[in-house]
Amino acid sequence: MEYKDYYKTLGVERSASAAEIKRAYKKLARKYHPDVSKEKDAEQQFKAINEAYRVLRDADKRKAYDQLGVHWREGQEFRPPPDWQGRAQGFSAEDLGGYSDFFAQFFGGGAAGAGYHREQSFRMRGQDLHASIEISLEDAWHGAARSLSLQGHDLDEQGRAMPRLRQLNVQIPAGIHEGQQIRLAGQGGPGIGGAPAGDLYLQVRFAPHPLFRAEGRDIFLELPLTPWEAALGAKIPVPTLGGRVEMQIPPGSQSGRKLRLKERGLPGKPAGDQYLVLRIETPPADTEAARELYRKMAAEMPFNPRQGRGF
Amino acid sequence: MTRELLPLGEIIDEHVRLNLDQLVQRCDVELELVIALVHEGALEPRGEAPEEWSFSGPDLLRLQRARRLQRDLEVNLAGVALALDLLDELDSLRQRLRQLES
Repeated sequence: MEYKDYYKTLGVERSASAAEIKRAYKKLARKYHPDVSKEKDAEQQFKAINEAYRVLRDADKRKAYDQLGVHWREGQEFRPPPDWQGRAQGFSAEDLGGYSDFFAQFFGGGAAGAGYHREQSFRMRGQDLHASIEISLEDAWHGAARSLSLQGHDLDEQGRAMPRLRQLNVQIPAGIHEGQQIRLAGQGGPGIGGAPAGDLYLQVRFAPHPLFRAEGRDIFLELPLTPWEAALGAKIPVPTLGGRVEMQIPPGSQSGRKLRLKERGLPGKPAGDQYLVLRIETPPADTEAARELYRKMAAEMPFNPRQGRGF
Repeated sequence: MTRELLPLGEIIDEHVRLNLDQLVQRCDVELELVIALVHEGALEPRGEAPEEWSFSGPDLLRLQRARRLQRDLEVNLAGVALALDLLDELDSLRQRLRQLES
């Protein structure tokens, strides 16, 4: 088991006053709160600072922790002194979920179990768990199964939290879109005293796609066109998540115009649409013949796109 | 280690409708918190009286977030309502930024 340096976690001196500790905690809690922060390890950080604060905010627990001495270093292999078991106490089983082994051993030993046995009728619904998954747009369109591992915990007969790594195969319903969550009923933390388990919520993010981007259920695709396709109209095969479709480009189309393919976006009620954002690309004038064609166009169809814009 | 194949999850979206009791049970919160957040305008159920209230999936997610902010950061109600609005705006700006960068 690894030693946890709670002072280092909160960035305070060992001699810090209660007020200093509280201030440091509050600042870090706002910074790393998983609802606020988008840093990748925000949740881990948030748990670590909470664990540290749980111990250091309480004079008795802080004293018990301080008695381990000043020579331990963060992450160092920790072997508890012979008389330490049960010295510190006062956290419920719920508190122990998600905290480090060090914390569970130091503050959990017997305390949670004792509380559990004293109140046989004590019932508490399990915690809801939250995780996020990244899926491709294709997975969102078709639906998919995804494997994910989750650090959970079970409660043993004494009501102590035992860490357990769970490997879940999650089915993602077709038509999910970014920012939505999937709820898996009863897959959260275990309930206490026969109460139901909590739920698991999965927040969905889309992996970047080489062609498409999504806004809600709508899908956007940039469609490059030649000037003659845009001017004269054309029938062009375009990709959609459901496969290729023929799209009629109306004559006189301009760059930036959006054409809508009804209900070709992500499925749902209602289904999303796919939008084609037109972008006209001009052929390179890299031969004399090409340059001559451009000159001929300039002579025969004079055109000033800046007309009426005041410059 | 165990591997479990789970049933199809439920998408939490606008189609999810929950009454007040269901919402309270689902989020494991005090009834008073929900009522207070409705009065703050942070949750906007359909229906007039509390027994007619009907909440959507996004309301459920906002309530969970409100509870976490209140519990973890000791933010008061007005502060929670403000934080929820700002976080929604932040989410949509971050999404917009990602789209522009892609």
